Amino acid sequence: MASISMTVNGRAVSGEAEDRTLLVEFLRNNLGLTGTHVGCDTSQCGACVVHVDGDAVKSCTMLAAQANGSDVKTIEGLASGGELHPVQKAFHENHGLQCGFCTPGMIMAATEMINRHGASLDEKTVREELEGNICRCTGYHNIVKAILAAAQEMGGAQQAAE
Amino acid sequence: MYKTTYHRASSVEEAASLISGADDGKLLAGGQTLIPTMKQRLAAPSDVVDLRHIADLKGISVAGSTVTIGAGTTHADVANSAEVRSACPALADLASNIGDPHVRNMGTIGGSIANNDPAADYPAAMVALNATIHTNSRQIGADDFFTGMFETALNDGEIITAVSFDAPEKAAYQKFPNPASRYAMAGVFVAKSGGGVRVGVTGAGSDGVFRASNMESALSASFSGGALDGASVDPSDMLSDLHGSSEYRANLVKVMAKRAVEAAG
Amino acid sequence: MGAEGIGARIARKEDKRFITGKGRYTDDMVVPGMKHAMFVRSPHAHAKITGINKDAALAVPGVIDVLDGKQLTEDGIGNLICGWMIHSKDGSPMNMGAWRPLADDKVRYVGDAVAIVVADTKAQAREGAEAVQVDYEELPSATDIEAAMADGAPQIHDEAANNLIYDWEIGESTATDAALASAAHVTEMDIVNNRLIPNAMEPRAALGLYDEAEDHYTCWTTSQNPHVARLVMSAFYNVAPENKLRVIAPDVGGGFGSKIFIYPEEVVCLWASRRTGVPVKWVADRTESFLCDAHGRDHISNVKIGFDSENRITALKVDTIANLGAYMSLFSSSVPTYLYATLLSGQYNIANIHANVRTVYTNTAPVDAYRGAGRPEACYLIERVMETAARELGVSPAELRRKNFVTEFPHQTPVIMAYDAGDFGASLDAAMQAADYSGFAARKAEAAGRGKLRGIGMSCYIEACGIAPSQAVGALGAGVGLWESAEVRVNAVGTIEVLTGSHSHGQGHETTFAQLVADRLGVGIDTVSIVHGDTDKVQMGMGTYGSRSGAVGMSAISVALDKVEAKAKKIAAHLMEADEADIEIDSGELKVAGTDKTLPWFQMALAAYTAHNLPEGMEPGLKETAFFDPANFTFPAGCYICEVEIDPDTGVTEVVQFVASDDFGTIINPMIVEGQVHGGVVQGIGQAMLEGCAYDAESGQLLTASYMDYTMPRADDIPSIDVSTTKTECPSNPLGMKGCGEAGAIGSPPAVINAITDAIGNNDLTMPATPQTVWAAINR
Repeated sequence: MASISMTVNGRAVSGEAEDRTLLVEFLRNNLGLTGTHVGCDTSQCGACVVHVDGDAVKSCTMLAAQANGSDVKTIEGLASGGELHPVQKAFHENHGLQCGFCTPGMIMAATEMINRHGASLDEKTVREELEGNICRCTGYHNIVKAILAAAQEMGGAQQAAE
Repeated sequence: MYKTTYHRASSVEEAASLISGADDGKLLAGGQTLIPTMKQRLAAPSDVVDLRHIADLKGISVAGSTVTIGAGTTHADVANSAEVRSACPALADLASNIGDPHVRNMGTIGGSIANNDPAADYPAAMVALNATIHTNSRQIGADDFFTGMFETALNDGEIITAVSFDAPEKAAYQKFPNPASRYAMAGVFVAKSGGGVRVGVTGAGSDGVFRASNMESALSASFSGGALDGASVDPSDMLSDLHGSSEYRANLVKVMAKRAVEAAG
Repeated sequence: MGAEGIGARIARKEDKRFITGKGRYTDDMVVPGMKHAMFVRSPHAHAKITGINKDAALAVPGVIDVLDGKQLTEDGIGNLICGWMIHSKDGSPMNMGAWRPLADDKVRYVGDAVAIVVADTKAQAREGAEAVQVDYEELPSATDIEAAMADGAPQIHDEAANNLIYDWEIGESTATDAALASAAHVTEMDIVNNRLIPNAMEPRAALGLYDEAEDHYTCWTTSQNPHVARLVMSAFYNVAPENKLRVIAPDVGGGFGSKIFIYPEEVVCLWASRRTGVPVKWVADRTESFLCDAHGRDHISNVKIGFDSENRITALKVDTIANLGAYMSLFSSSVPTYLYATLLSGQYNIANIHANVRTVYTNTAPVDAYRGAGRPEACYLIERVMETAARELGVSPAELRRKNFVTEFPHQTPVIMAYDAGDFGASLDAAMQAADYSGFAARKAEAAGRGKLRGIGMSCYIEACGIAPSQAVGALGAGVGLWESAEVRVNAVGTIEVLTGSHSHGQGHETTFAQLVADRLGVGIDTVSIVHGDTDKVQMGMGTYGSRSGAVGMSAISVALDKVEAKAKKIAAHLMEADEADIEIDSGELKVAGTDKTLPWFQMALAAYTAHNLPEGMEPGLKETAFFDPANFTFPAGCYICEVEIDPDTGVTEVVQFVASDDFGTIINPMIVEGQVHGGVVQGIGQAMLEGCAYDAESGQLLTASYMDYTMPRADDIPSIDVSTTKTECPSNPLGMKGCGEAGAIGSPPAVINAITDAIGNNDLTMPATPQTVWAAINR
């Protein structure tokens, strides 16, 4: 058994888990953060994407022990103070989700994508960078639209602050 | 996943000691292949030794024309490195197309070449760049390092610390991805330098990464796409599966090689 | 329409929980004492079970019990059933073999469940499952249609000689043959409709809980139709009587048909909970989903279409064989018959149609309804042969279609369906305009200059949705009625709950159903809650599939609202001392027409429940139920145009433009409807270019058992989609709705293949048109 301590969504947490426990299992089973989903066994669908130390990673392809000491952000920690994150808002306004199962991973991936590219994101880049996130409902059309809208809003806000 | 014991190393020496003390241990770099393999119960290491927190394994440096990349450097870091982009843009491009963004944030160059997946991208570049693989005990030339599908010259417990190569005059990588997995079905890295032209091919060969020597000769004589018109790729040397017959892969190798030469300029 | 009423493009109410990680799916459910299950599955495609040794598994730490098919049989658990009886043309009933929830004598496909292991943790259950020793005597297997029908093929079920399940026909054979014989031109094709694996992103899951004190079962499960699950598990599988069985489908992460059926796992989890005394949860991993979820399509057909000298269609003759897999799943028999052959008339006037359909058992996963279910197969066949005929006749594909369109309604086809409304020319015109069809030649020339092959293809689809009326489907063999029920419950403070038997698995019912109420009563959608997915809460239901939740489910709500309105008006008239006929409901108020007298909605509701002052003889309360059973199917139709560019060196095909023009009748929320079309079209592009299920012919192993080998459409495989609608209202439901859930998947595959074959100048191309397939066709 490993003693795992990490910061999750700004809160220090700790727990005991077998060494083979995946980060996604630790989040879901130990911490009850069921927003992070498992959609495949081969590290391809991206339903489990969370941020570890600011990077988007697949929490099904990382042991909880590997994330020991890290700063983890999940979909549950994205909104702050009751305010939706601009990416969450854009998914809502642009109907970027249907069944909602891939949505947490999509939103976490999109947030990191926008952080890296800013307002300069274009449709081609968004589609290429969604390679690691599979959605079966939306045909991606409105997901792409939502990410571009959020990039505009976040990039615009960034520019205004600078 | 079978039971395993996790160890975190903070130095190469500690990692070497941990792995030598393990029954049937595995080095864990970015884990983007090892963890899925363990999840599918196709690997059952008694111990895993995490290399991700070893500072000495990370980083990129350029001295003169020699580029050195720490084994623990992630694909994302290679893709975004201004030094790599300037010395060998083809390698930055290659890194920026490995897997997906989440995989690139974790996966490392050392992990990729140590695994030597026949469809991985880095081995083609290492071979074409005539890179040197540095380990905690020796240096190995790329031609000697990759010894067959999932096989390398590494001894048990030997740890890759870095790779280095001389920046080529011209180079480019063209990948044809498997439509499902997005791994290379044919990836061709072409590099031209003072020593001639080297062509590394991944994804297609039935024994893993290989050098296309007939293409190398043709391109040494004339570095142009047209020089490859007469170059043949023998389908009997190619992999064949659901996604690509050996004939199709042979065609892809030639097409990707020509496009790589054209992209290299 | 109000700001939130019918036709309003508003963002979904249910989004908030999904975008904040608060959705609740079956795998998120935890109950006290819950344990975890893993199934022992057959590694062989076809084998006799000669023994099961559980000793090693029972010794694995944490393992509570290992249960097998013999124990299941001892406890009287029944066979899984197919609920639609099809008779062969000789009058004999279909040859259905038994499907045991846990195989007890023989396994018939790789993944067939043999035993269940219950343990403290999932990892322990997996270890236990690996330790169960099953002895098999391997048998030869057949995974495709030809192999199953070959002389000396392995006999998969004793009941089905030569693996033939039924040999069925529809239409007039002799007249059709005669018309073909005298046709001026006949186009003939062999057509394969490739087998697909649905891949809802949420894997199937079940949590079974037996409460011994109450002798009561609860099943949380990933279901599109929890009431049907309860009915079937109770009436046929003998798990428990309906009053002792509660089925809850919480948030469901996509289904596309694959979560209609009642599978072995939920039955076994419930039974195992009683056997072991602990709640038992099973969650499929993705490989299990690939192996065991019902697959879709898998037809091979021959088609002949005849034209007169004016290029008018005179006859259509079709011979189809469909692969139903190792067992007959719940609706499997209806898919290649009444959901397929009845749509073979397409959008066209065809006087003579005959179709013969045979179905066969194979050693593969069961095949059942998958988004479109039979209609995509019909559409692909008719739209590929129309395009091919146009090429052979040397006429414009658009004009050949237009010349043969049905233009007068109602229109009785020779294959049961009576089309009630439509304007096929309008959608063709709209799509051609949106696609700049006339500018294609210039675009093709420009692409050629870049070394690319450019092609254009179209598809004019029609489908039948709603899957009703009950009496009609009953006459055709359906084992259930296909109505829908709704209860509208007005609370004492005027807020409203709608209890519906439809069950959203991504379609946005919590928003669109509330929009209907808002439209009718003028209340805000925030005061309306939709209750669904729980047999203890919702009166009855038939669920969500076949694009039926709008046309049938919302119609039931509409009828219940009629009753609510009628009673509300009576109460308001009484309180305002006015004539009931003068009461109008508007903007959350009840008004006396032509006066300034008004009564707020909530006061009327309060009056209904205080019952201090109600009309003489009126019962207190305001809650009405309706069961809606439509008079006919609905007939969504439209035109899709696809344009592709192909790299001849690699065969890589890029969809450079995709235009959809659909007629769905009345639309409640355009944003949600567009989303349905986007998703459906991409599934159709997936079928056409990416997705192909493959079994190894020798071993019977599924070769495409993960995302490493089964190509799911990803964001960079497809373009943005140009979506628009035209409108003719459906006359057979009160809202004029036709349904939009399946159209995209039905209409798009032929458009894509027509475009690719146009580009490469070779019509011999099977789906999926992967780069390798296209490259080979170019070089053939």
